[in-house]
Amino acid sequence: MGDISKQPGHLQPAPESFLTEAEVQAIAAGRRSFLRKSFLAAGAAMVAPMAARATEAGDPEILNLPTWSTTLGKPVATNPYGIPSQYESQLLRRESPGLTRVGGASVSFCPLQGLFGIITPSGLHFERHHQGWQDVDPARHRLMINGSDPAFLKSPKVYTMDQLMRLPSVSRIHFIECGANTGLEWGNVAVPTVQYTHGMLSCSEFTGVPLKLLLEDCGVDYKKARYVLAEGADGSSMTRTIPMEMVENGEVFVAYGMNGEMLRPENGYPLRLVVPGVQGVSWVKWLRRIEVGDKPYATKDEAVHYIDLLPSGLHRQYTSVQECKSVITTPSGGQRLLEKGFYNVSGLAWSGRGRIKQVDVSFDGGINWKTARIEGPVQNKALTRFNINWVWDGKPAILQSRAIDETGYVQPSYGQLREVRGTKSIYHNNAIQSWKIVESGEVSNVQVL
Amino acid sequence: MSRFSKSILVLALAGAATSAFAFDNFSGIGRLATPAEVKAWDIDVRPDFKGLPKGSGNVDRGTELFEEKCASCHGSFGESNEVFTPLIGGTTPADVKNGRVGGFLTGDIPQRTTFTKVATISTVFDYIQRAMPWTAPKSLKPDEVYAIMAYFLNLAEIVPADFVLSDQNIAEVQKKMPNRNGMTTDHGMWPGPSAAKGGIGNGGKPDVKNTACMSNCKKEVRIGSVLPDYARTAHGNLEEQNRSFGPVRGVRTVDGDAAAVSAKPAGPSAETALATNSGCLGCHGTNNKIVGPGFNEVQARYKDQADAESRLFDKVKAGGQGVWGSIPMPPHGHVKDEDIKTLVKWILSGAK
Ligand code: HEC
Ligand code: HEC
Repeated sequence: MGDISKQPGHLQPAPESFLTEAEVQAIAAGRRSFLRKSFLAAGAAMVAPMAARATEAGDPEILNLPTWSTTLGKPVATNPYGIPSQYESQLLRRESPGLTRVGGASVSFCPLQGLFGIITPSGLHFERHHQGWQDVDPARHRLMINGSDPAFLKSPKVYTMDQLMRLPSVSRIHFIECGANTGLEWGNVAVPTVQYTHGMLSCSEFTGVPLKLLLEDCGVDYKKARYVLAEGADGSSMTRTIPMEMVENGEVFVAYGMNGEMLRPENGYPLRLVVPGVQGVSWVKWLRRIEVGDKPYATKDEAVHYIDLLPSGLHRQYTSVQECKSVITTPSGGQRLLEKGFYNVSGLAWSGRGRIKQVDVSFDGGINWKTARIEGPVQNKALTRFNINWVWDGKPAILQSRAIDETGYVQPSYGQLREVRGTKSIYHNNAIQSWKIVESGEVSNVQVL
Repeated sequence: MSRFSKSILVLALAGAATSAFAFDNFSGIGRLATPAEVKAWDIDVRPDFKGLPKGSGNVDRGTELFEEKCASCHGSFGESNEVFTPLIGGTTPADVKNGRVGGFLTGDIPQRTTFTKVATISTVFDYIQRAMPWTAPKSLKPDEVYAIMAYFLNLAEIVPADFVLSDQNIAEVQKKMPNRNGMTTDHGMWPGPSAAKGGIGNGGKPDVKNTACMSNCKKEVRIGSVLPDYARTAHGNLEEQNRSFGPVRGVRTVDGDAAAVSAKPAGPSAETALATNSGCLGCHGTNNKIVGPGFNEVQARYKDQADAESRLFDKVKAGGQGVWGSIPMPPHGHVKDEDIKTLVKWILSGAK
């Protein structure tokens, strides 16, 4: 454990050790002259007790006014686009060394270990690019909608951003999780912090137009066209198949807005698909085309990647839904508790099948569980923040969280998950995460079966 | 307000209430796509080969093209693990016969190459046509894609060396793919209707079950795995990846000098960011060759040459080939002169 007395706001203990037992008693008895005398006698040791008296009086941060209380601050619009405090330089998107070979086909992870609530700051949204990211000129961007067969769609159409942004819009909060999130941990513990175990996860308020409106505007034939292909405008022109049911029920939308402003380029500016509950790869960025068809497409990212290897040697294809999952973010791996005592243990829960119903937390590695507080209103297919009170007694502990969604599905343990899916899958690892705390206060990543 | 207009208002409101969105048409929004526009963008190829362009190519032509346009990243035989996982390897003639890759059955598969996994050759065609070569996507003509695919298929011992792949025989070849029987869609993670109802999968039934036990759920806690020591330190100094105030601190995972190094402002240097944004790092590693030489090699080569800065400025701006090999660097007219100057200076000073 660190030296608590040096933590900000901790008062220095009184310098009893400087006074003799008799002197302490004398002070207690109110004979202060005795103390004055002993200071004179102490001579060279004067400085130390003077300082001690300052802290006896209180916290220097309170007693000595800081410059921000005694000077003029900066004017408005000093930063026309506001930026975080200079003291917030630690929480950044980061790559996991050795995971990928080139930065253009890679991942940067979101620093979940320091975030609050459910909305991910747009600048910290995780990134996954297959062929680098582009800053697409919105004036030159087009969305085309066509059919794999002319019979499926009466009129293939082209829309500009000007036009899309005139259409009736929806704003909804949804999580987006990469299908490979926690994929490094299928076989064993591999990475130290929640940023790298769970950081291919973010949650934003997205604004855009239900795809249903656009397809109907083009005269889609829902009877014939049961699949939708989405395609990006970047070099990779990423493609994925989604089922028409999700479009018909109004869930899927083409989004331009994210957290009140336009999408960030790394997240698909100026247009991306939002497919709630489904893994991030289907949320095609820089969306340029939607095709409706009668069969799935077996694109590269649904026939070579994002396929789940089972113990039988078969791969599951077209796995898309992110099943119910949760993780404690504070405290979490690579962190250290400052001292014994009270903590608000906090984390995130989410499900691709709907709302979170309950989150339970264990402090003893899963023997006993307590139900956590859920911060509402709970949104459909969105991150959900949970909190629970805890007093750390300084002894070793193993913290876990277990989420239950509105379908009644209970997040599984590593043992249960591996029994069915083995250890080679890469994708869709939604096992219960365990954080072990030792006497020093250090928290580390362990897997409880 | 007349009676007449009032009733219209009522009607209009009722309409709005029943359907917030439905509208006969969004007047003035969108226009018909022309056939040429649809043709330009509709490039997808499905497993039933809907969308496949006409064309053909043989193994020899494919060998040449691959060496010229692809081998720098994927290795001459698609075996390289440098830039991406290998494309070819890990399949046998027996797999071609069975349609299941033996390595997945025995668990003895050191590297999951593209060809060990992919069940549909249409996927590979579609992908190369839309996305490769990585730094010049959509530059290949259909005949070139056929030729490169013929080369792949020959390397994987699926077709003989004199094979000509074409839109006429590609469906036959698909029936020989080594992992063609290796996929299943029988799972609960497809968000549409089940196979029984004409869709995919089981309609969303989960395969793994837990129960919400609350107390005395097990006798002992079995730890399956803990963080290995090397992994604790492999992600830099965790102290600097957490706030310096609040309920917790990050643990210090590097000491002394190493801590000072990683204590530098996090994130890439301004020059690294400029090189990334200008697209240089897609082709150059700072310490390794990708398509072009590693910037460390460039620095080593020019470190004693007085005119290096201006020569390299001209080269980056205009592009060119022949100094490091036959692959050209494209021109960079779109990058600002001062940015190119900054980048060249940065490269010559070690690209840190
Ligand atoms: C500049 C480096 C580079 C060049 C040149 C290049 N590739 Fe690639 N290739 C990559 C990268 C990186 C990926 C992975 C992209 C991703 O993550 O989606 C890739 C992926 C692929 C894949 C998919 C593999 C899989 O398992 O997903 C195929 C097939 C492929 N390349 C073929 C080619 C062909 C054919 C050429 C030449 C016409 C070529 N590549 C040229 C870098 C390159
Ligand atoms: C599409 C790939 C590609 C991109 C993008 C690219 N380069 Fe290159 N670069 C190359 C190749 C290939 C060579 C080797 C050319 C040769 O052999 O003459 C090269 C060579 C160089 C050289 C050495 C030239 C010489 O004559 O020795 C420098 C310096 C360089 N590149 C800088 C850059 C910078 C700066 C950028 C970004 C603005 C950049 N490159 C972007 C492929 C690329």
